Amino acid sequence: MVEEISFALSEEQQMMQDTVRQLVQANVIDAIHQWDENRLLDKQAVQKFWELGIIQSMIPEEYGGYGMGSSPVLHTLVLEELAFGDMAFAVYAMLPALFVLPVVNLGSTEQKEKYLPEFCKESFVPATLAVNELSVGFDVWNCETKAEKKGNTYVLNGKKCFVPLADEAKHMIVIAHYEGNPHLFIVDKDTKGLSVGEREKNCGWWALPTFEVTFENCTIPEINKLGDETAFNWLIQRTRTAMAAIGTGISRASYEYSKKYAKERQQFGEPIASRQSIAFMIAEMAYEVDAMRLLTWKAASAIELGMDANRESFLAKIYAGEMTMKLTDYGVQILGGHGYIRDHPVERYYRNGRSIAICEAMAII
Amino acid sequence: MIQLVTPDYIKTLQDNMHKLAEGVLRPISRKYDEAEHEYPKELDMFRGIKVMARPKKKKEGESSTSGEEKKPKRGANLGMVVTIEEMCWGDAALLLSFPNAGLGNAAILAVANDEQLERFGNKWAAMAITEPGAGSDSGAITTTATRDGDYWILNGEKIFVTCADRSEVVVVWATVDKKAGKAGIKSFVVEKGTPGFTLEHLEHKLGIRASDTGTFVLSDCRIPYNNILGDPEVKMSTEGFKGVMKTFDNTRPLVASMATGIARAAVEFTREQYEKKGYAFDYKKNLSNVSAVEREWYLMDANVEAMRLLTWRAAWMADNNQFNNLEASMAKAKAGRYATLITQRCSELLGPVGYSTQYLAEKWMRDSKIMDIFEGTGQIQHLIIARNVLEMSSKELK
Ligand SMILES: Cc1cc2nc3c(=O)[nH]c(=O)nc-3n(C[C@H](O)[C@H](O)[C@H](O)COP(=O)(O)OP(=O)(O)OC[C@H]3O[C@@H](n4cnc5c(N)ncnc54)[C@H](O)[C@@H]3O)c2cc1C
Ligand SMILES: Cc1cc2nc3c(=O)[nH]c(=O)nc-3n(C[C@H](O)[C@H](O)[C@H](O)COP(=O)(O)OP(=O)(O)OC[C@H]3O[C@@H](n4cnc5c(N)ncnc54)[C@H](O)[C@@H]3O)c2cc1C
Repeated sequence: MVEEISFALSEEQQMMQDTVRQLVQANVIDAIHQWDENRLLDKQAVQKFWELGIIQSMIPEEYGGYGMGSSPVLHTLVLEELAFGDMAFAVYAMLPALFVLPVVNLGSTEQKEKYLPEFCKESFVPATLAVNELSVGFDVWNCETKAEKKGNTYVLNGKKCFVPLADEAKHMIVIAHYEGNPHLFIVDKDTKGLSVGEREKNCGWWALPTFEVTFENCTIPEINKLGDETAFNWLIQRTRTAMAAIGTGISRASYEYSKKYAKERQQFGEPIASRQSIAFMIAEMAYEVDAMRLLTWKAASAIELGMDANRESFLAKIYAGEMTMKLTDYGVQILGGHGYIRDHPVERYYRNGRSIAICEAMAII
Repeated sequence: MIQLVTPDYIKTLQDNMHKLAEGVLRPISRKYDEAEHEYPKELDMFRGIKVMARPKKKKEGESSTSGEEKKPKRGANLGMVVTIEEMCWGDAALLLSFPNAGLGNAAILAVANDEQLERFGNKWAAMAITEPGAGSDSGAITTTATRDGDYWILNGEKIFVTCADRSEVVVVWATVDKKAGKAGIKSFVVEKGTPGFTLEHLEHKLGIRASDTGTFVLSDCRIPYNNILGDPEVKMSTEGFKGVMKTFDNTRPLVASMATGIARAAVEFTREQYEKKGYAFDYKKNLSNVSAVEREWYLMDANVEAMRLLTWRAAWMADNNQFNNLEASMAKAKAGRYATLITQRCSELLGPVGYSTQYLAEKWMRDSKIMDIFEGTGQIQHLIIARNVLEMSSKELK
């Protein structure tokens, strides 16, 4: 039974949104340009986010967490706010969830006992997920990384790219093809056959360390398979919706910044915002940000109700993928030549925004 | 609490309306496109259906109550946009021909006093604002209303009036004081058959041909004083004009849902046709490794969803007594534009099937175009949105 529809935030949702918005305002907005240029963000800011306890709340009490469950809708709100500051920051700060949530929801008691207590610490615990591969037309449903059953082990072979914090993370979930389906495998970093490459240089996310990770006859115990053949379907709906939430945040940032700029920038004796060709771009940005968010919320609502959200999460992601490109382009265009210079954030939005359509599973709700 | 999954009661409404659209409207869709202007007698069965409901009086500036936990209200506006989307999936021109569901009816329901509601509430009402010299700039109308004792005398010309022929009464906009500008503009109910009120001709159109669009001439047309809607006083502010314009906060989402219905029809038909050719649509795929046709189809599907959600939000806000001027324009701007883009693309993807009149896709492409024109063109919607979000006046942003 689905009784009502509602477009309004609850008190709890509003509080969470305000809290994360303030955290981003106070710790990210002024600092992010330097982090991006230095290819390194300030871990203090990540630690402050960790201290909100969002990740720890997902973990049941018997494993040391707060046992508050997890709300996909609430997580989309969090991700949008984080990504409004910066996508690299958003992925970094929420990264442990990419490991924790699947284990909480799909893991065996043994897996939960082994991995979850580690995340109930006072300081940020890096863990990650390896999904993307550096190949043309990459398809997550048919990835080239393969798993093979050998006795009571699985043997992984293949290569992943864009694995955030692979250097620091002690554990990662690896997506590998097995018996016709993508599956989730927990791999400890010190497993033989796993090697982390040099830090990657990407078009965007400069403040986020990402790595290529190679699996060469990487052998893991069979108990490390996480969930069954439906596990990936569970995962992808949540990660696609999360990507859409990030796209919404980046797009909103581009919109807000260029809107303010257009009112201040004078050419031909008046603000450029007083020209329809600029004003109409801003109007379009306003409703497309909202449209992206509504599609994201719809997918998150379906997941929250325990429904299959294949369609909703796919639509949210492809819509956000297309529109984030359009809106980050508009942002640069409205600033003109100044938008092309790295002193203004719109060029960073443009670089980061491109990844929404390209990448899968950089975050989860 | 955010919850955007379609609730069961809306699903039931959708299912019921869909059956009507499929069973009654689709079969006669082509017939009345060709028999332009002929009244579709099959629509008499809809006389009882309330497409237009009396909107609840809302106070201006009443804002969102995001802080406190309030149970969302079920209201008439969401029900209307859901109904209209389904009907326009069937046929938009026929929806516009539903008895007693004219724009004028919306205006009367919104502002009429009890006595007027008694007289006009059950009559089919058209709305006449547009003039040859005043389209988007509706504040520039020149039709005049002059008081003569217990009567008003109306003079002017009104064009592009929907339901011109079939309506029983027409809500006519006229100025009682040209010097007062927008403040002098009032609306009047004129009954068919009133001397001096002539239906000049009906237009032949690109699309929505089943809808009777016509021109009226008012020449010393004398109507009772009590036929004025709203306050007869000319206040030296534009409050009155803004009041009339506010009717459109409720009607813009209705047009947005018409646009959504047509676009969805085209998108569904395109999918069916491609499936017959062996294509399989599957939401698990990736856009980067599907064909160009599939890629385009998925993006259109996502856009229809975006049109619908923006529309539902505007309607839901009205139901929950929230001021939705901005959101109503957002829905109309997005849906109006994308209905054209989507139906054009579908027609192209369908090739000859999208152009032959043996199928409806070419018709949807013609019908949808009006959605970006009436009830405020796309440009006007973008102006409203831009002024609102940029906080610029109409002088600062022309
Ligand atoms: C990499 C690079 C190399 C360059 N090389 C040179 C060079 O060699 N020599 C040189 O002299 N300059 C150079 N430029 C400057 C370039 O020509 C300007 O950036 C460009 O003319 C735009 O001016 P602006 O950046 O001040 O933007 P603005 O003029 O401030 O424009 C901002 C936005 O407003 C819009 N806009 C402005 N006026 C109107 C209007 N009336 N109606 C509608 N929209 C309007 C613009 O289209 C733009 O979208 C270079 C710029 C860059 C980024
Ligand atoms: C089939 C149909 C049914 C209709 N039904 C009704 C009805 O029932 N009642 C009624 O009163 N009217 C009705 N209309 C009229 C409709 O509302 C007008 O056509 C519409 O408001 C546009 O006015 P216009 O045609 O005079 O175009 P114009 O106002 O002349 O506009 C021409 C173009 O200029 C653009 N433009 C105008 N002003 C600006 C601006 N400031 N900035 C940027 N661009 C601008 C417009 O967007 C448009 O693209 C109907 C029209 C049609 C075609």
